[in-house]
Amino acid sequence: MSKPFSGLRKAQVYLLFLLCCWCNAAFSDAIDFEQKKIQIALGAEPPDLNYLRATDQVSFFIIEHVMEGLLAYDEQNHLIPGIAERWEMDEQDARFYLRKNARWSDGEPVTAHDFVFAWQTVVNPRTASRYAFILAPIKNAERIIEGKLKPEQLGVKALDDFTLEVRFERPCAYFLNLTTFATYYPVRKDFYLKNTERYFADVNNMIFNGPYVLDEWTHGASLHLSKNKNFWNADNIQINEINIPYISSDPTVIFNLFRNEEIISTGLDADTIKMALQERMQIKKFNLGAVFYLEFNHREERISSNIHLRKALQQVFSAEELVYKVIGLPGNKPAYSLFPSWLDGEKEKFFKEHPAKKIPVNIQAAQKELALLKKELNLKELPAIVLLTGDSPLASKEAEYLQALFKETLGLEIRIDKQIFKQRLAKMSSGDFDIVLAGWGPDYNDPSTFADLFYSRNENNHGRYHNETYDHWVQIAMNNTDQKIRMHAFSEMQNILIDDVVIIPQFERGVVYVENPGIKNVTRRIFGGDPSFRYAWLEATED
Amino acid sequence: MKIFILKRCLYGLFTVWFIATATFFAMHNVPGNPLNDEKATSAEIRKNLEARYGLDKPLYQQYLIFLTNMAKGDFGISFTQKNRSVNDIIKAHFPVSAALGFLAIFFAGVGGVLFGALAAHYKNRWPDYLLIALVVITISVPSFVFAALFQLALVNLNLYFDIKLLPIAGWGSVQHMLAPSLILGLGTLAYLTRLMRSSLLEIENAPYIKTAKAKGLSESRIFFRHRLRNAVLPLVTVLGPAIAAITTGGFVVESIFAIPGLGKYFVEAVHQLDYTLIMGTTVFYGSYLVLMVLLVDILYGFVDPRIRMS
Amino acid sequence: MQSADSINTFSSEDFLPLKQVKESVINQNESLDYWQGSWKKLRANPRAMLSLIFIVSLVSFSLFGPLLWRVDPARQDLNQLSQAPSMNKQAIVVDTFISWQPENLFGDQGIKHLSILSPAHTSSVKLRWPINPEADYYEIYRHEYQPSGENDFGLPLAETSKEENFYEDRLNLEPQTYFYTVLARDGEGKLLAYETIETGLEIAVSKKDAEKHLQAGKWKKVSEHEGVLRVELSSHPMGTDYLGRDMMARLMEGGRTSLIIALIASLLFVAVGSLYGALAAYIGGQTDNIMMRFADFVIALPFLLFMILLKVSFGIRPGESGIGVMVFSLVILSWPGAARLIRSQVLVLREQNFILSARINGAGVLHILWKHLFPNVLSLILISLSFAIPSVILTEAFLSFIGLGVVPPTPSWGSMCQEGIKTFLFHPHELVFPSVFIGVTVLAFNLLGDGLRDAFDVKAE
Repeated sequence: MSKPFSGLRKAQVYLLFLLCCWCNAAFSDAIDFEQKKIQIALGAEPPDLNYLRATDQVSFFIIEHVMEGLLAYDEQNHLIPGIAERWEMDEQDARFYLRKNARWSDGEPVTAHDFVFAWQTVVNPRTASRYAFILAPIKNAERIIEGKLKPEQLGVKALDDFTLEVRFERPCAYFLNLTTFATYYPVRKDFYLKNTERYFADVNNMIFNGPYVLDEWTHGASLHLSKNKNFWNADNIQINEINIPYISSDPTVIFNLFRNEEIISTGLDADTIKMALQERMQIKKFNLGAVFYLEFNHREERISSNIHLRKALQQVFSAEELVYKVIGLPGNKPAYSLFPSWLDGEKEKFFKEHPAKKIPVNIQAAQKELALLKKELNLKELPAIVLLTGDSPLASKEAEYLQALFKETLGLEIRIDKQIFKQRLAKMSSGDFDIVLAGWGPDYNDPSTFADLFYSRNENNHGRYHNETYDHWVQIAMNNTDQKIRMHAFSEMQNILIDDVVIIPQFERGVVYVENPGIKNVTRRIFGGDPSFRYAWLEATED
Repeated sequence: MKIFILKRCLYGLFTVWFIATATFFAMHNVPGNPLNDEKATSAEIRKNLEARYGLDKPLYQQYLIFLTNMAKGDFGISFTQKNRSVNDIIKAHFPVSAALGFLAIFFAGVGGVLFGALAAHYKNRWPDYLLIALVVITISVPSFVFAALFQLALVNLNLYFDIKLLPIAGWGSVQHMLAPSLILGLGTLAYLTRLMRSSLLEIENAPYIKTAKAKGLSESRIFFRHRLRNAVLPLVTVLGPAIAAITTGGFVVESIFAIPGLGKYFVEAVHQLDYTLIMGTTVFYGSYLVLMVLLVDILYGFVDPRIRMS
Repeated sequence: MQSADSINTFSSEDFLPLKQVKESVINQNESLDYWQGSWKKLRANPRAMLSLIFIVSLVSFSLFGPLLWRVDPARQDLNQLSQAPSMNKQAIVVDTFISWQPENLFGDQGIKHLSILSPAHTSSVKLRWPINPEADYYEIYRHEYQPSGENDFGLPLAETSKEENFYEDRLNLEPQTYFYTVLARDGEGKLLAYETIETGLEIAVSKKDAEKHLQAGKWKKVSEHEGVLRVELSSHPMGTDYLGRDMMARLMEGGRTSLIIALIASLLFVAVGSLYGALAAYIGGQTDNIMMRFADFVIALPFLLFMILLKVSFGIRPGESGIGVMVFSLVILSWPGAARLIRSQVLVLREQNFILSARINGAGVLHILWKHLFPNVLSLILISLSFAIPSVILTEAFLSFIGLGVVPPTPSWGSMCQEGIKTFLFHPHELVFPSVFIGVTVLAFNLLGDGLRDAFDVKAE
């Protein structure tokens, strides 16, 4: 009876063999040294490449490679000339002199008019750009965004084709940093008007002035970047092609792809680190720039508006234990302040000039605070406290840890409210929480990108923290350009944040990753697109 | 017959309407606002965003607009993929899921018949036990555990042999489809194996088999011409549920193998609270399943006159 | 098959008339015989019985396990994260942690080599090294294997400035051997020199923890000499998870979650469905038609899509586990299956004589449903229950996988699997145990269902 199957079996084996041969031929490697081509994976499909409106990291990564602003960052993340060759700036206005050889990918020159048009479009409320506020230092910008003035009244003017004049609403110490930001990139009027809503929606709705062009985009599946021959600095771009054949948010998948030598780098998590050590990969780390903290709800009806409760929680929480034991991934740093360690101060790093007070763990003191709270509120038992959190694995882990910690040390009942991203934001804005696990990624290199968060008029101040003194220092930092005065103001704000327990800082987010040794000088960035391949080159290793 | 088909179609339309309505109201019951984002926006910008998605109108109007647009086959613009309409997304990504699904059904069908036949042939001997054990494990362990382990095994195989046997993730060529569709079809394969085995055994002693034996036909002829043919017929009845299972099973496989199918988009849309994309995909999937059931129904109608009567 | 043998052997006695009995054999006895017979058949089916034993033991593991294994499933033991199954682990007791700063900061102090200040244990490892006059900063790496060259130092832990020639490592230390390397680099980042040192670590617990647990009797004192106290930590026969929680206790609690969802949801939707189906069939006519059309509509909803949709739609309030929402959504979507099944059975029964006689005797609708129809469809209900439970358990696991399962800290087998997958390679026990529990449960209920079907002699669809 086995006869009918033997034929089949032979065929199967033969088929399998053919299959393997054919499969093997269909692969491309992480690096092609001859074609100067690399392969990478993305965590998600870019949600919106229209840089006037883009808000997310994946889109910024692509935009970084296809566009350039007035200024740019070099491989050490210092400011260097971009489309602007040189500039003059004082407290009232700034002038940018554009280089004459800067071209769009169709060969047309990049002019000052392109910047004027772009910025007017961004602040136009009809564009509905979420990053419009980042143009606020420019004269009239805020009132245009609110719909009170016309976009044409924005304080920016093209003196001639290659000279751009900007007038300021108030002095802005970090304006040059802002010009590297995607929302400040130029837009060519004729091309934009042809596409409007479809601008940068697909490869044929795009025009570039940066080092690469996006020439293939299969939605959800793959993207492909080739060197832009019309880029003014094309000679210094070493890598010819960036191929992105994989899109996955699963770190294990990305790691597996790296091990399979199909992509050039991957992030590591607790489990894959062990694998990387076992296979003796060279592990690198990078501080992503974002700070995570417990944000309290300061609305009066909430129990979290009581300072005793906040002080009690502050004194049982140890950022070190959280980072070293619970998160347990190198790269993350315990945080003691809202202002992360990479921020520049006047001469040195801000945290060296103005170290934050470390609050030691002191359970007895915390219990005393709790007793005071009960007395003040005249309660025997405290109501349960709502801890709002996102649905990422890390957030859940943290929330579970905190729940057990507060229960064990203070006997507090914590209710975890785990919500998907949008719902968590909705609850944060409406104030439907006592404590929220929050984080903030910086937009530009100045402490104010963090400090403004707790300004009473800031929409992103979800806990509605209101403190006249704090606001006063925010104003001072906002209206001065003298770094000494500004840094002093930030230091005062830092003290208030700690003494008044506005937040409990948790950690600075960092990553560890591995890279194919054949690629050199990949720039990691806190601002703008990360990582950047602008300055990278390839070098075959011996083995 | 015509009346039968007409009735079924009309009924299918009603079902689609029911699905759409249920989806719409379930979605609008969701707390939170899809326009929330990390960066707070000014009131003016918010107004413009709401107008773009028609969220400024009262609920019943939104419902009517939704129904009319749906009748026209227009599901609106996605909230997260800001430049793409839901139709674009479905058009681009459903074929991926469908290709994966059909290959999975193919694997399941071929594998199920083959293994079922093997198991029946070696009844109560070790190949039978082995196959049954495999079937049991496949049915009892959550599919995502399998998918993740399978991928891991593939990487290690590739590393071990130092050739790239099969891609471990991604999309683009037929090779990319093999591993995920096999995993996707595994559950159905196991089910079919079980069904095939029992139906083969059931007709082992059927009169027509006895007749065939009595006529002195060869073993293999009896097996292929009589037993196999008759045993395969009942498998057709599970086609409907199998399509449904494989369609939704795609969620897991597409996530793990980084495949740009509609299932992956649906799961992401839920996490991002992308109203239009969720409603669009749900209604689309619903209609697709209704259509499949309809086709299977009509097929039965042709095959089996008894159904037409009732 | 067995019954066939007894039929095949007849004797002449079989054809004699039966002896007269005083009391007539009537329905009641027969129905008892039916249940008894089924039970007998079930008992004769070894697979079904084995399944039943498994089910009973799983349920008692989850329900009564906590009575024997008195470990709080929520207690986090940060000294023992992701430990493989183990018994009687020992640890040394060290002072409660305070951040370390060498007494004479900044200076050479005659240190010649990279050295580790004893004692080194899982609470902290303290490193000191000689100052390199050309160095601008130092990098500290940690490896689990002997470093093999300049590209293989392991995990980058930190950088210190040129004055800081010390570092304290506390990152996720496990009781094993580590290789620490300190690199001196100049202003341009050029590697000047490096030095590696090896150290083995012992588990350490803080004095505070030790006192607390010794008092509570959870830990045992082993020895104390030269001022070093050794204790025996609480055992974890199934290991611990990523927060150092006891896996066994969590599996019990997770089992309760999974089984409660499965049992309650299945009971509810089978009950709702049966009632609906029975009513529809009993009333009949146009009402039946409309009722069953509605059931068909609900069946047409793509199950998992709507499961996800409903879960998001109803939302989960703070502190809730999400069990309620899940059960509710399951009931909403799953009742029509049972309704169809019961309806078809009732349609057949309705026409039978015992119903007619009951009706003639003036019995009400509810009476007939409860007293006459229910006992007759009970077997069907039991069978569909035992098939419903495994599918609910798998659905729960699926929802956990896409992040819409129960909310932490409530564990379920599904969510434990999902967490375990991430660490499968190095901590397989975190995936294997919950998967096996799910697998065994699903299999047992399926086999029991098969057994019940055979025992009740119901022809499957």
